[in-house]
Amino acid sequence: MSQAAVNVPSGAPADPRIDPAPGAADEAILAKLAAAVGEDAHRVVRFRDNLRILVAPGRLIEVLTALKEKAGCAFLAELGGTDYLQYPDPDRQGTGARFEVHYVLRDLETAGMVVVKAGVDDPDPVLPSAYSLWPGADWMEREVYDMFGIRFEGHPDLRRILMPEEFASFPLRKDYPLRGRGERHNFTKLTREES
Amino acid sequence: MAVNPRKAGSELIVTPGDEPEMPEGVFVSTMDSVFSWCRKHSLWPMPFATACCGIELMAVGASRFDIARFGAEVMRFSPRQCDLMIVAGRVAMKMMPVLQRIWLQMPEPKWCISMGACASTGGIFDTYAVVQGVDRFIPVDAYIPGCPPRPEQILRSLMDIQTKVQRRGTTFGNEGLPELRARERYVLARRDAPAGAGVADERGSEDRFGYRLPGGPARLGLEETR
Ligand code: SF4
Repeated sequence: MSQAAVNVPSGAPADPRIDPAPGAADEAILAKLAAAVGEDAHRVVRFRDNLRILVAPGRLIEVLTALKEKAGCAFLAELGGTDYLQYPDPDRQGTGARFEVHYVLRDLETAGMVVVKAGVDDPDPVLPSAYSLWPGADWMEREVYDMFGIRFEGHPDLRRILMPEEFASFPLRKDYPLRGRGERHNFTKLTREES
Repeated sequence: MAVNPRKAGSELIVTPGDEPEMPEGVFVSTMDSVFSWCRKHSLWPMPFATACCGIELMAVGASRFDIARFGAEVMRFSPRQCDLMIVAGRVAMKMMPVLQRIWLQMPEPKWCISMGACASTGGIFDTYAVVQGVDRFIPVDAYIPGCPPRPEQILRSLMDIQTKVQRRGTTFGNEGLPELRARERYVLARRDAPAGAGVADERGSEDRFGYRLPGGPARLGLEETR
């Protein structure tokens, strides 16, 4: 397990009020995870009080299952996506892929929190679905699919959730223009005669 | 015209020579005009309130501004009982088919007010998801500027609608304004283009604040190329 240093500008001492270290509850989750899946399935990055666990898509379900069943993180608090296309910071401590999907897991007993991140790349981003672990991932994965076009294999009903069914683009991708590609203009027009 | 011989006492009352004489207390009008006169004082609005403008619309209905003075206080939430659609607020792309369906469900004759910057032009929400003016997709009779418009403006547009009902309303329908009908015909002629068939680049204004969006210039729909 290669652990990156806490992300502090070089030379400046870490201010614990701004950059608190991850709590003991978070570290306990890490130890239990390492005991369950070993050290080579994931990479840990620390940023402020966040513990981020970077996983390859192939071992995502294995790590999530271990976190849920062995490490006590039974609650999926958040699931979202990000597009890092043309991201300005080259030293970003991420997976290096264009898209990242993050899963925020909480241990409701110790209030521990970890963020699991899986990166996927163009042209056909696919991740395994977490629906079998948390049925609540259903709509969250649909939203990520709707906005970024990341498909979740094993999802029971992967349809668009916010945009209209006939919408053809993935609007939160960074290469999609803010004002769209003309989709909003070409509905049927009702005239006075027809209505 | 000749001076009415039987009413010699009043030199001012004249009768057109080629029209039959009227008894006193009787006047002639057209059916259209009488219907419109009744109709314009009992408009039933359909409040299509999707955003903050709807709150202002509620103020108009309440006692301080009191839309009942204009005979339009019966807000119905069923389109089948309404004849005045008030689109109050922004309309998302996904809402547009709903708006059109509700408009089609309203019986003739019917009118439409596009209330506020958002309903009329998209307002500040110039993004891929928001319709840039409902008049692209349904006929609109009156527009109200403002964000949100003052209640007085809404009452004023109601009076404009009343004027329009009196002028152009007919017994069985609402003929609309000739210039709007010309525009509707223009749009009709080119509306079968496939969805997303934009033909022009955006005005180049996305980088007007000094940054360029990574998505590049947006594409416009057919309608915005004029
Ligand atoms: S015009 Fe202003 S008040 Fe009205 S819906 Fe738009 S943002 Fe809200």
